[in-house]
Amino acid sequence: MENKELFLGNQAVARGLYEAGVTVISSYPGTPSTEITEFAAQNDEIYCEWAPNEKVAVEVAAGAAISGARAFSAMKHVGLNVAADPLYTASYTGVNGGLMIAVADDPGMHSSQNEQDSRHHAIASKTPMLEPADSQECKDYAKIAYELSEQFDTPVLLRLTTRVSHSRSLVTLEPRQDVALRDFEKNPQKYVMMPAMAIKRHAFVEQRMQQLADYAENCALNRVEYNTGAKIGVITAGICYQYAKEALGERASYLKLGMVNPLPVALIRNFAEQFEQVYVIEELDGIIENHCKAHGVQVIGKELFGYLGEYNQEIVREKILGEHVPFVQTDLDIPARPPVLCAGCPHRGLFYTLKRLKVRVSGDIGCYTLGALAPLSAIDTCICMGASVSALHGMNKARGDDFAAQSVAVIGDSTFVHSGITGIINTAYNKGVSTVIVLDNSITGMTGHQQNPTTGYTIKNDPTVAVDLEALAKAVGFQSVRVVDPYDLDETYKVIKEEVAKKEPSLVISRRPCVLMKYVKHRPPLTVQTDKCKSCKACMQIGCPAISMRDGKAQIDFTQCVGCDVCTQLCKFDAIVRE
Amino acid sequence: MKDLNVMIVGVGGQGTLLASRLLGCAVMLEGMDVKVSEVHGMSQRGGSVVTYVKAGKQISSPIINKGEADIILAFEQLEAARWLPYLKRDGVLIVNTQQIDPMPVITGVAKYPTGVLQTIRDCGVNVVAMDALAAAMQAGSSKVTNVVLLGAMAQHTDIAYDIFETAVRQTVPQKFVDMNLAALRLGYDAAKAC
Ligand SMILES: Cc1ncc(C[n+]2csc(CCOP(=O)(O)OP(=O)(O)O)c2C)c(N)n1
Ligand code: SF4
Ligand code: SF4
Repeated sequence: MENKELFLGNQAVARGLYEAGVTVISSYPGTPSTEITEFAAQNDEIYCEWAPNEKVAVEVAAGAAISGARAFSAMKHVGLNVAADPLYTASYTGVNGGLMIAVADDPGMHSSQNEQDSRHHAIASKTPMLEPADSQECKDYAKIAYELSEQFDTPVLLRLTTRVSHSRSLVTLEPRQDVALRDFEKNPQKYVMMPAMAIKRHAFVEQRMQQLADYAENCALNRVEYNTGAKIGVITAGICYQYAKEALGERASYLKLGMVNPLPVALIRNFAEQFEQVYVIEELDGIIENHCKAHGVQVIGKELFGYLGEYNQEIVREKILGEHVPFVQTDLDIPARPPVLCAGCPHRGLFYTLKRLKVRVSGDIGCYTLGALAPLSAIDTCICMGASVSALHGMNKARGDDFAAQSVAVIGDSTFVHSGITGIINTAYNKGVSTVIVLDNSITGMTGHQQNPTTGYTIKNDPTVAVDLEALAKAVGFQSVRVVDPYDLDETYKVIKEEVAKKEPSLVISRRPCVLMKYVKHRPPLTVQTDKCKSCKACMQIGCPAISMRDGKAQIDFTQCVGCDVCTQLCKFDAIVRE
Repeated sequence: MKDLNVMIVGVGGQGTLLASRLLGCAVMLEGMDVKVSEVHGMSQRGGSVVTYVKAGKQISSPIINKGEADIILAFEQLEAARWLPYLKRDGVLIVNTQQIDPMPVITGVAKYPTGVLQTIRDCGVNVVAMDALAAAMQAGSSKVTNVVLLGAMAQHTDIAYDIFETAVRQTVPQKFVDMNLAALRLGYDAAKAC
């Protein structure tokens, strides 16, 4: 049998990096991009690291590429906003060894706070962008990206979407290419971007984009699939190509664009001319569509499909062919099942306490954002990583000391290092009085448990230095620093109450590892003694998914309970016991 | 073997991902084209989760839409009802009778509907229901509920049973292989009796 494996799209990108001879990777996790770096880290030939944030990651990768290695960085769509600064100027310096940056968009927002389209960054930063449609293409395009990067002297973006990143399909494996480290010559005209040099490099960038546009007209990445007799023409890219093929099959012909920036003109025009009706099928923004229209090619796109969410074959079938597949449906009223903090999650006790204290909570991004949902309902705002700390400072400045005495920021350990540290520096420096709570569960939970600079381990699980949060806070001017165990509800309540009352900046570290960590020993599950249970539902205030009401009494699901003992502190009748 | 579309639905944390990976592996061993679409991230924290496994000569879209699934493997009753519209008219619903209350039910703003399975049967759907959790406990741990259900599904595909066994051996860590094989067998036998 051929050397085929059933790989996730992300795993296939990692394989592409391996085969392309990449030697340096620096990334920050973010769904749906995370597994690329995790899989790549399994290869001893590649140096891999988790950076504190995407800006650092892209700078590390750009430095490695300029110094002569093939380098890589991965992130989710919003991560590229953070890394936009180095990207836009790395576009001017160009590379030495190849540089690819993978950016994963999340149409439908399976796990994101917005639905932005990263193709805009490719256009604005004037870098080429490739978009694969399955795992094999993930691997192939990753390899092509390094050739393009070195040939055209540019960083290359690889755009993924959730369904490509997180679908498995068959991939043919090839051996690793040995790529020698290139010489790193001193060349300030190319690598020192200050006005005199950057002016010339900008001219180079414009020229490069023109050459890439010419390349786009004839390259194998952009291909036409004709079906005889088809009256419909479809221009598409990435996962939408798969949806279109599934829905329309041989009833349409396809122009599948593997390179989504820059876009070809003649190729599109020649294709479109042959059909009565041409559709552009692309999720999120109408970038291909607008390009077509700007060049006088009449197409139908967003007016039919819209800007929201994911597409699928059902939508394409319905919109273009007007066909429906019959299905069965019950008239049951089915309650939603939103995600919840795990049973025994250390964040739960903390949010329960904040709810009791009736404080306003400036929130941030991570598992703990789930503290915004009922019954905890403890979070007031959530914007982007790091914003909890800085936005609280803004609120306190706007609303004054009385507000500050009843408000806190909550931020996870990984998020704190990502962009909370600059926030606390701002607070202390500008005489803020915020109470900042670091939810230190010793891991990057939401994205699937990655190490970070506070955990004491590298991506390869080698022990390393850990950020000393207490010392760090003191060093920037937070003199009041306290540590609490969020499983201890009374103590947590007391400490936070004291800290919010203080007219100075204070940091509370709510410290307890995530229950999903392998080293965390679970205690035996608890049970409710039904004769003692008075059906008061006090234990249900914490929203533990293991506790439900059955026949009027509380009941604990033994398959979920990890014995954290938080619910026992709420039961006034000692009905919750360990058997 | 003809095309096969399977949806595996359940509650985040129930092990639907491993089940889809095992099925994907089995299909690959059969020498067919295959795509598996997974969910990672937010909904894995106790939310409603769905994975798709598609096998055939050449697969385009990795996902399954309404009316396209040959089999829905549901790890929980409410999730079976939620995703039922994705089943083909002549498809099979294999369902674990376990009930897990979603948070809106726990907080009291919504009710867990009663008579879920009967309602689905009344729509003329072929339902295979079993207590997979009890079978998993019999095999050694609640953690192998997913493999019990996979075993039940093996009754309803053209893929030979021993291929599923090979998939388990290739995918599951060595020390858990025996327990998983026992779970697979219990599910397989239980579905035969249904
Ligand atoms: C700029 C940016 N990068 C990455 C992400 C993806 N992301 C969401 S939460 C999170 C980290 C959460 O870790 P932590 O702060 O430790 O909280 P936990 O989930 O462990 O509770 C990441 C990386 C994002 N939303 N925005
Ligand atoms: S993964 Fe860990 S941090 Fe996230 S909700 Fe579960 S227990 Fe809490
Ligand atoms: S001890 Fe109580 S709060 Fe903790 S996991 Fe078990 S049921 Fe949930």
